[in-house]
Amino acid sequence: MKNIIKYKKVLAKYLPFLIFIVGCETDDQQTVARFTELTLSEEFDTDGQPNPSIWGYEIGTGENGWGNQELQYYTDRSENVTVQNGVLLITAREESFEGSSYTSARLVTKDKFEQRYGRFEARIRLPYGQGIWPAFWMLGADIDENPWPGAGEIDIMEYRGQSPTVLIGSVHGPGYSGGDAISKEFTLSNDRFDTGFHIFGIEWGPEYVNFYVDDVLYNQITPEDVTGPWVFDKPFYILMNLAVGGNFVGSPNEETEFPQTMLVDYVRVYEELKIN
Amino acid sequence: MKNNNTINFRFMFLLSVAFTLVIGCEREFSDDVEFAEFPPNGDVFIDTFSAGLDYFPFVDAGADPEAFSVETEEVYAGDAAMRFDVPAFGNGFVGATFNTTARRDLSGFDALTFYAKASKAASINSIGYGISGETNNKFQVTANNLNVSTRWEKYIIPIPDATRLISETGLFWLSEGASTEEDEGGYVLWLDEVKFEKLGTIAQPRPAILNGNDVEQEGFLGIPLQIGGLTQTFNTVSGDVTLLVQPSYFDFESSNNSIATVNELGLVSIIGKGEATISATLANVAATGSLALTVESAFEFAPTPPVRDPSDVISIFSEAYQNVAVDYLNGFFIPDGQTTQGGAPPLDLNGDRIINYTDLNFVGIGFFDDVAPINATEMTTLHVDIKVNETLQPGDFIRLQLLNAVGGSNETSGSVSFDANTFTTNQWVSLDIPLADFTGLGNRTQLGLLFFITDSTISDIFVDNIYFYR
Repeated sequence: MKNIIKYKKVLAKYLPFLIFIVGCETDDQQTVARFTELTLSEEFDTDGQPNPSIWGYEIGTGENGWGNQELQYYTDRSENVTVQNGVLLITAREESFEGSSYTSARLVTKDKFEQRYGRFEARIRLPYGQGIWPAFWMLGADIDENPWPGAGEIDIMEYRGQSPTVLIGSVHGPGYSGGDAISKEFTLSNDRFDTGFHIFGIEWGPEYVNFYVDDVLYNQITPEDVTGPWVFDKPFYILMNLAVGGNFVGSPNEETEFPQTMLVDYVRVYEELKIN
Repeated sequence: MKNNNTINFRFMFLLSVAFTLVIGCEREFSDDVEFAEFPPNGDVFIDTFSAGLDYFPFVDAGADPEAFSVETEEVYAGDAAMRFDVPAFGNGFVGATFNTTARRDLSGFDALTFYAKASKAASINSIGYGISGETNNKFQVTANNLNVSTRWEKYIIPIPDATRLISETGLFWLSEGASTEEDEGGYVLWLDEVKFEKLGTIAQPRPAILNGNDVEQEGFLGIPLQIGGLTQTFNTVSGDVTLLVQPSYFDFESSNNSIATVNELGLVSIIGKGEATISATLANVAATGSLALTVESAFEFAPTPPVRDPSDVISIFSEAYQNVAVDYLNGFFIPDGQTTQGGAPPLDLNGDRIINYTDLNFVGIGFFDDVAPINATEMTTLHVDIKVNETLQPGDFIRLQLLNAVGGSNETSGSVSFDANTFTTNQWVSLDIPLADFTGLGNRTQLGLLFFITDSTISDIFVDNIYFYR
């Protein structure tokens, strides 16, 4: 109940901003989105393994370190993923395991929860250190038939552990993927992402994705911003993972402390209130 | 009664004024009630010396007082910067502290920051803050080997625990010079916008004592120990920064105060037999590293040598006589296969120094290189006290070897061996060896090396009272 009140406050704060942005759109007929109907509320209130009806796992090293030369081996062991005291813990460890030097976890809602449009947010305290790469992101649910980048990708939160004040939000699609993704960084002033919880979210509707952190809306991406087809009018599923090393962050160094843990207080998804 | 009324009236009046003011500025009481005792001014050197700041070069230590000047051409921002002309090797060094006459409250900041550049890439030996003669540098912080480049960059020296810095005078200090021919010198170092800041991005504190090691050792009743290797590490936006910090930033704790106590300066007093572990926290964060002590007895010192006429003694290592200067108590002849540790420096047990050689195979005490060799022609005997700190086995031995005219074409040496029967485990044994027994030594006009050789048969010994006499 308390959390819901907090959510409403946050929404109220930037709603005027949202109206302003919508006001700038060329299509004057567009209505203000009100993503107030909760469709997924994962509060991580039960200790142990996360709710299996929502969360699945991707195990191993994928192809070429999940396409990024990442160094970790993903497992579903409690050493790497567990719920404790109302918080999901995804922990990257330095250990020899199945030929890799690190272990960690990658949770997915594929085939369990997917949605087109809405407000997707999570309250997370991030880890830190060179080569640490946590992410809260989404992939097009048709990815098996329509391989990446055709399926589309929305990165709600990406972050490099060596830059503990910088958040990155992006979309990937055909013609704008990998290093050419449409992306924006947001730098916290006088604070860091690894010392407290922050809310990372998007509001996604037809022809726009708005990126926000806490009560700051820091980017909007529309079809005019992407250098290829807009592939964000279909259901997407959620991923949360903590990678180690890879092209995006570089390898850990002697300063990097292990284990490193990403703490997730909740994941919530809302859809538009159907007035009619 | 009348008085009371007046007071009440006054009080009510004041209260109403206060109330109006509070409403007027829409603040709560708690914002205003706490006053800093000293001004919370973080400026050190922006475009000039900040209020009350003065320059104190370390002249007594050999620093060049002319090395510092105020620069107006090469600045990062504004119209002036600090300039240090680092002398070439052999011409002194840059060393100074910048202190204020008026105290500052630095508790609202989390780091000292500055911009720096140098006329060539350099590594500043030491830089930090907290030098204060008045407090014996109680809150001194040191960053060692800070690399600066030839372009202006910002540097961050975090504060280990700002709540302690409420009355500070030592705002900034540095020491940089060429310590060898190869070390960089003869260059210019500029600093600008030197100030304390609240960055909000100093995080992930990882304090350590004993350099993060869990040390287990024997303690002796009445012999105090100093906890060293004190560091604080933070993660900043530009990576980890590790600082050397003073004990006063830590809260030390003993697991058993009837065995060992530890004071606020990290000095451990050993007062009972048993086991105790010393650990520490810094700003409520547990430090890595600990000292586990096992106390079984008081320390047994070597027998005190008799009083002798100074002309009858040439002492190498003893508290009983005036010692001659030596080059080293352990030559670390590693390329020759030496494994021996210890002696650099010797143990200091409440002012009584004792050499503890460990991993002993052979070790040399040298007195020929930077010091005058010993002319022991007039002496007749070599005295050494040795305590073997391990169980003796048949075949164990200690051989003492003396060298004359070390490295010269006329170098000679002689040695005397003692077998296991000479020694007793954990007891001091005094050896008085006639110098004539060192056959092969020839003359002893330029003695330069004394070796202890065991070929690893005995690996842990205490040595004390090494002297020649007649």
